[in-house]
Amino acid sequence: MSLKIKSSVPTDSEDILGILNNSPDTLKRIYKVYFPMVLQMVLNNSGSEADAKDIYQESIIILYSKVKAGNFELTSKLKTYIYSVCRRIWLKKLNQRGNKECELKDVHDFLSVENDLEIHEMRDLQFSKMEESLLMLGEPCRTIIQDFYMQNKSMQEICDKFGYTNPENAKTQKYKCLQRLKKLFFQL
Amino acid sequence: MPATVKKAVFSAVNFKKMTEPELLDLIERHLNNALSTPEQVEFERMRKNDLQLNKRITEHQQFLKYLSGLNDRLAFEKKLNDIHNEIDIDEVKTALGIRESKIITLWRNHHSKISVAASIAIFAVMTTLFFTGYFNNRNQQSHYNALRRELGNVKRSQTALIRDINNNNSSKQLISPGSFGGTGFVLTATGDLVTALHVISGADSVYVQDASGNSYKTKTVYTNPDCDVAILRIVDTTFKTLSPIPYAFKKSKADLGEDVFTLGYPKDSVVFGRGYLSSFTGFDNDSLAYQVAIPVNEGNSGGPLLDNFGNIIGMIKGKQTQVDGAAFATKSNYLMKAIQNIPADSAGKKIILNSKNNMGKLNRSQQIKKLQNYVFMVKVYN
Repeated sequence: MSLKIKSSVPTDSEDILGILNNSPDTLKRIYKVYFPMVLQMVLNNSGSEADAKDIYQESIIILYSKVKAGNFELTSKLKTYIYSVCRRIWLKKLNQRGNKECELKDVHDFLSVENDLEIHEMRDLQFSKMEESLLMLGEPCRTIIQDFYMQNKSMQEICDKFGYTNPENAKTQKYKCLQRLKKLFFQL
Repeated sequence: MPATVKKAVFSAVNFKKMTEPELLDLIERHLNNALSTPEQVEFERMRKNDLQLNKRITEHQQFLKYLSGLNDRLAFEKKLNDIHNEIDIDEVKTALGIRESKIITLWRNHHSKISVAASIAIFAVMTTLFFTGYFNNRNQQSHYNALRRELGNVKRSQTALIRDINNNNSSKQLISPGSFGGTGFVLTATGDLVTALHVISGADSVYVQDASGNSYKTKTVYTNPDCDVAILRIVDTTFKTLSPIPYAFKKSKADLGEDVFTLGYPKDSVVFGRGYLSSFTGFDNDSLAYQVAIPVNEGNSGGPLLDNFGNIIGMIKGKQTQVDGAAFATKSNYLMKAIQNIPADSAGKKIILNSKNNMGKLNRSQQIKKLQNYVFMVKVYN
């Protein structure tokens, strides 16, 4: 595999296909190829390695959800897109830290990615709300919900795991847990 | 598939009878395409007809999306972290040509040692400063002079205008010269005065002397170290109630550049000083005080600071030694606050300040003529 990569550098469209197919190799390759650029940008602009890691991973998440939603048009290079997203996030973070004059020393050209970031932030908010609700839910509800809805375990498995007398009881319990989770989620 | 599902080609009738958990189960099977074909068709039909049901299903679907999305996100983040850990950051940096400056490397490798060295150095400096008396208050006060006058013999012999208090004194009781002096001014006609606390600090007894040279014994009824304010009350039987006080306290803030004047006792007779308000803050940005460009000397402390109309806008309390024309006066509103804070039992009765100013239309010399009857020399014996 690694030989093949070295012999022919995949094009952006191949990468996108890889993303759509959930190819672990593509993810690994993309991650490693573009990280130095982002690290350089962040270090050049008063950030740390940890900052670079955080914003870079966020940009990869944004790229993946955009590609998977079918919204990614290859009008620009993948590299430019990733750089633009990281740049925008880093500017925002600098702003939050109270750096008023935010003139980035750019190491690459960039484009506007405001919309993508907004979508991402909204989704992120839902996820963090959900994460928090799950935390507040408590046991055994949290595990029941996670097993059923996130790990896709069957009702029978859950029934055995928690020692319910029959799947109907487990179902009732799961229903109650879900109602509580919904309540928590919509309160946040 | 359990047998129940197969035969349960449900109708709208038994659908209504379903319990909530059963309904949820049905919805989830519908969303997962786990229903048998006829069931699915029937359910789709019901969903189309029942808007409420349809809304419920959509909402549930959205909620489940968040749940599974969160799951995917967490898994994805784990993958990213795993990949990240494979990267050799230092190698990447070298490839990028980012070399950390020597200082940063030095710091990174030796920061604990450097911290220890720095703390020892700071400690040593602090100890030295402490033992050389740097933190001694006296040393710092070289910048700030409280204007209380030392009436000691040495001091007086240095001035050309020596005056023997004993000989000139026409007071009814003959008293020895005080060891310190300042100024105070009258708050009430019955003999309450205000002066600066530092004037009377450490006093055994405090006397006040009016413009015509009569001395009266006072007792200190209230002190406020924050504002540097002390209230004295004349307890002498020879004291006669004064005529109504002509000035009032200014409640609002004075204006920058406003002409101001003061009366005080830097020597044994009253001295007039004129200047202007130069800043809204006092020594070291003290917000309780104004800065005033006005000639004042030892003995002026506790003197009233008045504006053109004869309103009290402050009380002189000190000056900065190495700066030209920087005297300081406690702001009138803080004076009033301090006076109003006097507990009733310490004052005997509440001090009611005069609120009417009769000097607004007088010219300066007429104002001074009136005013000087209410400005007293404060003499401190200890």
